[in-house]
Amino acid sequence: MNGLTLGGIYALIALGYTMVYGILKFINFAHGDILMVGAYIGLFTYNGLRGNAPLGVWTVTSFFIAMLVAMFSCGVLGMVIERVAYKPLRHAARLAPLLSAIGVSFILSNSAAWAFGTQSRKFDYPFDNTPINMHGVIITPHQIMILAVAAIMMIGLAIFVDKTRMGKAMRATSLDQSTAMLMGINVDRVISLTFAVGSALAATGGILISLDFKAYPSMGMMTGLKAFVAAVVGGIGNIEGAMLGGIILGLLETFGVAVLGIPTGMKDTIAFGVLILILLIKPEGILGHAEKEKV
Amino acid sequence: MLNFFLLILIYTCIYSLMAIGQNVISGYTGMLSMCQAGFFAIGSYATAILATKCGWSFWATLPVSIALSALFGFLIGLPTLRLKGDYLAIATLGFGEIVRNVLNNWDSLTNGPMGIQDVPMATIFGKKINPYSKVGFLFLCIVFVVIAYFLFQRLARSRMGRALEAIREDEIAAASTGINVTKYKVVSFMLGAGVAGVAGSLQAVFNLSVTPGTYTFMVSVMVLCMIVLGGMGNFLAAILGSFIIQLISYFPQLTGLSSVIPPQFKQILFGLILVVMMIWRPQGIMGRREHLYGADKQGGKK
Repeated sequence: MNGLTLGGIYALIALGYTMVYGILKFINFAHGDILMVGAYIGLFTYNGLRGNAPLGVWTVTSFFIAMLVAMFSCGVLGMVIERVAYKPLRHAARLAPLLSAIGVSFILSNSAAWAFGTQSRKFDYPFDNTPINMHGVIITPHQIMILAVAAIMMIGLAIFVDKTRMGKAMRATSLDQSTAMLMGINVDRVISLTFAVGSALAATGGILISLDFKAYPSMGMMTGLKAFVAAVVGGIGNIEGAMLGGIILGLLETFGVAVLGIPTGMKDTIAFGVLILILLIKPEGILGHAEKEKV
Repeated sequence: MLNFFLLILIYTCIYSLMAIGQNVISGYTGMLSMCQAGFFAIGSYATAILATKCGWSFWATLPVSIALSALFGFLIGLPTLRLKGDYLAIATLGFGEIVRNVLNNWDSLTNGPMGIQDVPMATIFGKKINPYSKVGFLFLCIVFVVIAYFLFQRLARSRMGRALEAIREDEIAAASTGINVTKYKVVSFMLGAGVAGVAGSLQAVFNLSVTPGTYTFMVSVMVLCMIVLGGMGNFLAAILGSFIIQLISYFPQLTGLSSVIPPQFKQILFGLILVVMMIWRPQGIMGRREHLYGADKQGGKK
């Protein structure tokens, strides 16, 4: 169960990587740090709204309000970052946007360390978190919530991409940018929107993960790295792949520690090992399809 | 004050070596590697461990540290270099973190987060080079930088240098003209790693102690900033960039404003440098040095 919930969170974050990669063929290094900003915004909003209220309907409501606020502000942040740091480089050399993204990531995480301090902050559970025993499977309400939120987000995204006009435009842009432009699609807007949606998902992931692991300014890096691995495992640029990859990685990590006895200090090494292995065996990922590089 | 300036110069030299390595990898071959800190750490620990546990002299540990860094460069490079640049960046970033993770946790060899203290000083002809009297140490560092500069400058003008540049410009075209792309990429990665190992050894005998906290991701980003600021594909520019970045990072102490300026100031500035340089001057301050083969003999320029 732990693995599944962790996987759900990874999947949410991985979606952002995958969506941006699908359209721009570029890895948004700052994605992990957007997640961190989302976690902090959520934390502050939640604490501010909640005050000293006892656990109850209001705490749960304020938690979800905080989540919406974080999603919205991160969406805007993602769009701003895209406009300022990536858009001018869309036709530059291959390394340029990557370097710029690393710069953005550094600015975000260190500004957060400066503004909020380097200590980690605890996110109080908005509800009673005593484990429930369900036919021998022990599950906490928090895990149920994570799975529910992750599922809702993913289904919502799937519907958005498959059924709406904007989703269609998004798919068209990812297939072929210039043709999409000729068909009257406003590619700039699609890219902006992709960043907004991806960042909003990252904010949710950030809040969910900091319920278990606290929020701190450098949290984005490792979490982002793992979510990226999840995206690669599933096949980068592929939305279903990101969901699958996230869950696989979450399960592997939990089982690696619990069953294979890998020391917890080396837990982060698992994701990295998986990445190298996938890159060696099937670089296009489980659900991806190989693309031949053309001249 | 003078002492402080010497310190900056020494760090400029140590980081210049790393920047030269990064320049071979990123500036010449066009691969974005993010783990100079990892190789730096391997070099430092190789020297520190061999010197304290086996009593080797600095000069004897140097080849081992180069070889070890290059070996790790080979191991990490072989699987990842066959892939596209973006994957490489993340994989190497992960590798750098893993190195630090291992150094932090392998207590029996590395003494964990405490690090290794009392690394013996380097000696030349029986004379100790005391890092506290900075001038002597600075000379040692300068010698290394000059040697590295000329070696790599030669390399860049050789057949291999041209092959690397061809790979950077267009991998498929390079492969179709008979360049073994994977081989050259791995070799360039190993060279970059090896010279970072030298920097690590120098760092070990300069600080006389090594702790895992020195070799963070921050170091890799600093090195990257150096070559971006100076100009990719230009070794002199890498040294210049390294000097500017060191000046910036010691700026609060240099001006005595360290109580006013927050400690995150330099990191935020490094991030800004990367973004701003990429948008307005991607070729860096000095720009790339173009090798016009044959043209310079006739005094002709493009």
